Amino acid sequence: MATILTVDDSASMRQMVNFTLKGAGYDVIEAIDGVDALNKAKGSNPDAVLTDVNMPNMDGITLIQELRKLPSYRHTPMLMLTTESSGDMKSKGKSAGATGWLVKPFNPDQLLATIKKVIA
Amino acid sequence: MTIDMTQFHGVFFEESFEGLEIMESELLELVLNDPDIEAINKIFRAAHSIKGGSGSFGFTDVTNFTHVLETLLDEVRAGKHKLIQDEVNLLLTSVDCLRDMLSASRDGNDIDKENVQSIQNDLERVLGNDSPNETSSEKDNKENGNSNENVQTVSDWGIDFLPHINLFQTGNDPLRMFRELEEFGELTAEVNISKLPHFDEYDVEESYLSWSLLLKTDASEDKIKEVFEWVEDDCDLTIGIIKKQETIEVENESDKSPEAGVATGERRKSEDRRKATDRRGTASSESTSIRVNTDKIDALINMVGELVITQSMLSQFSEDFDVGNIDKLCDGLKQLERNTRELQENVMQIRMLPISFSFNRFPRLVHDLSSKLNKKIELKLTGEATELDKTVMEKIGDPMVHLVRNSIDHGIEMPEERLAAGKPETGVLHLNAYHEGGNIVIDIEDDGAGLNKERILQKAKERGLVKEDEVLSDDKINELVFRAGFSTAEQVSDVSGRGVGMDVVRRNIHDLGGVVEIKSEEGKGSTFTIRLPLTLAILDGQLIRVGNHTYIIPLVSIIESLQTSRDHTKSIAGDAELYRLRDEYIPVVRLHSVFNIQCDSKKLDDGLLVVVEAEGHKVGLFVDDLLAQQQVVIKSLETNFQKVEGVSGATILGDGTVAMILDVSSLIRLSREQSYYEKSPVLNIQAA
Repeated sequence: MATILTVDDSASMRQMVNFTLKGAGYDVIEAIDGVDALNKAKGSNPDAVLTDVNMPNMDGITLIQELRKLPSYRHTPMLMLTTESSGDMKSKGKSAGATGWLVKPFNPDQLLATIKKVIA
Repeated sequence: MTIDMTQFHGVFFEESFEGLEIMESELLELVLNDPDIEAINKIFRAAHSIKGGSGSFGFTDVTNFTHVLETLLDEVRAGKHKLIQDEVNLLLTSVDCLRDMLSASRDGNDIDKENVQSIQNDLERVLGNDSPNETSSEKDNKENGNSNENVQTVSDWGIDFLPHINLFQTGNDPLRMFRELEEFGELTAEVNISKLPHFDEYDVEESYLSWSLLLKTDASEDKIKEVFEWVEDDCDLTIGIIKKQETIEVENESDKSPEAGVATGERRKSEDRRKATDRRGTASSESTSIRVNTDKIDALINMVGELVITQSMLSQFSEDFDVGNIDKLCDGLKQLERNTRELQENVMQIRMLPISFSFNRFPRLVHDLSSKLNKKIELKLTGEATELDKTVMEKIGDPMVHLVRNSIDHGIEMPEERLAAGKPETGVLHLNAYHEGGNIVIDIEDDGAGLNKERILQKAKERGLVKEDEVLSDDKINELVFRAGFSTAEQVSDVSGRGVGMDVVRRNIHDLGGVVEIKSEEGKGSTFTIRLPLTLAILDGQLIRVGNHTYIIPLVSIIESLQTSRDHTKSIAGDAELYRLRDEYIPVVRLHSVFNIQCDSKKLDDGLLVVVEAEGHKVGLFVDDLLAQQQVVIKSLETNFQKVEGVSGATILGDGTVAMILDVSSLIRLSREQSYYEKSPVLNIQAA
């Protein structure tokens, strides 16, 4: 089954996202911010990355930028979780290499539908 | 897939309250002329997380309020808005408001909507947006209105999709989008390979293909566009209707029978009720939970592992025991002892939290009080990482608040008074926590006026707490402020109350097995020192024997133990005995008569006197013998039996017998009720 790296500084969002994904049969690697995620990414090979944008230490957009520099992450689907539905944040994410985004608030069904879009 | 979202609420509330604390402390430290961008970011992030979480978990009121707050913070973050002090105060009020809203949501109570709306209006005014936002329900209605079409049209859509060469580099894949389109209806795709290079020049990471798609669907153009949303900038896309085919009448939801509507309404109501009860359930279970650092749990698991190894080692000995192995057995037992001790320490660690949890409330308190009193005060916090037991922390909060209020109100002077006294205009209030010999010590230090000893003494005499001709040492005078009904403030203020309190402060600290002391120098300031045991569950005790009973005296209460001689003892008024301890007389409490048990000998010369102190009074406890000193685990008598005067709890000793832990302050009270030491003039005799 596919593995997803999820990154969020909020424990409740992390719980909700991970519970949903695990319930749908995905394996989950959890990280609490960009720095943590980057470290964990180096030792694993997830099929997709799902990251919050606003985080301490390293934000989600920088994380995506950094991940894209790693050879094994050049084509990995990377999704941003963001409350900003503004075009500004999306285009920033896109130019950093994000595959797409999921706008908060979302429910478990929306989350799974979005994940299905990138993991065939 | 249905998921019960209420299971995440506990964590959401916990982290939201933490976020609010971060917002509050960062706001209080904000320097308006030169705001620290990282501080603003932290405040923004906290608000942002609360908004995100509340949205996902269905707390719409919180989301709407935080949205306005976040918008303002975003403008500040982007440098578009410069904050002034009033606005910082408004942000602090918003933090309070959010805290109330979250508490209400957690406990299933109603939110004070009027208050929320008025603060929200204030925030919007700051944003330069005089007309209050439409409420979310209005928005919902509008959105519903737009999408609530009762006629759907199936059309043939032509889609030309020409990806740019870098499409794959963001992890997008045309195949997945086509699959998504297929879900809308019938899809035919025609691929254009004209740009495909010769095999030598082919780069697998680049995209060379383009497609013409034909989609037969009743989905709207927006829906189709949504599929390509992520790649909008990475492709050329044209979507257009080739042919409108047929029109289907779709029954509108609202046309359904009224009964159905009522039923749904009822169901929704009962669901709401269920949710409210669920929330209450979560709240009550949460109040007894504790967040533990995983390192501590790991250490614990590690210890248990070692314990298991020791146990298996020891059980091997029992299988075929040989006297020659006695050394190994002793080693094993020693290891077991070490394991047990370390396990105990580690388990205790779980209940330990850094005192910053308690210190966090003070920046706000000092900020609010000093602006109310027009004083300038800088708060210094040190030793915030010092850990102490959760229960102790919860109970020490109020006494600390009282002492801090007291220092601000009575201790630190007005700026002009300070300048006149040659001190810096801004007073310093310093809270410091540290560990010292198995205790946690909290200092509350101010550089204010210090205690006015003359005034205290005079007041105490007026109130009859001290006799007119009495001479008291400085420490004794300072102690007087802890007596009930004592206040020297010229005017009673609403800040530190009416002099009811300092005695309560001391009693609360005593109840925790702690002590509070004052050091004060006139004109230089005062320091209140609170000394507390690290935990309430374990006690360092001195075991003593009376007849064939063993009792435990808390080690903190013991001053000294000595052999008595009749020469130093005076009997007064029949029963009462006083022992002359160097330059003072202390009452003797015979434990055998307090508990009505047999002792070895009733002659003071045969036994020992353990001098204990509580609430500033000393007594000598007459016992037969001193036994070992050891840590004992406190078991409550009240929950297992009933409250017994003179006893604070019980414990189980190594040999399995139960021993009572003596409650020194209640023994002292008991001794005073039985006799009349208090009234006796002898008590205050200063031996020549």
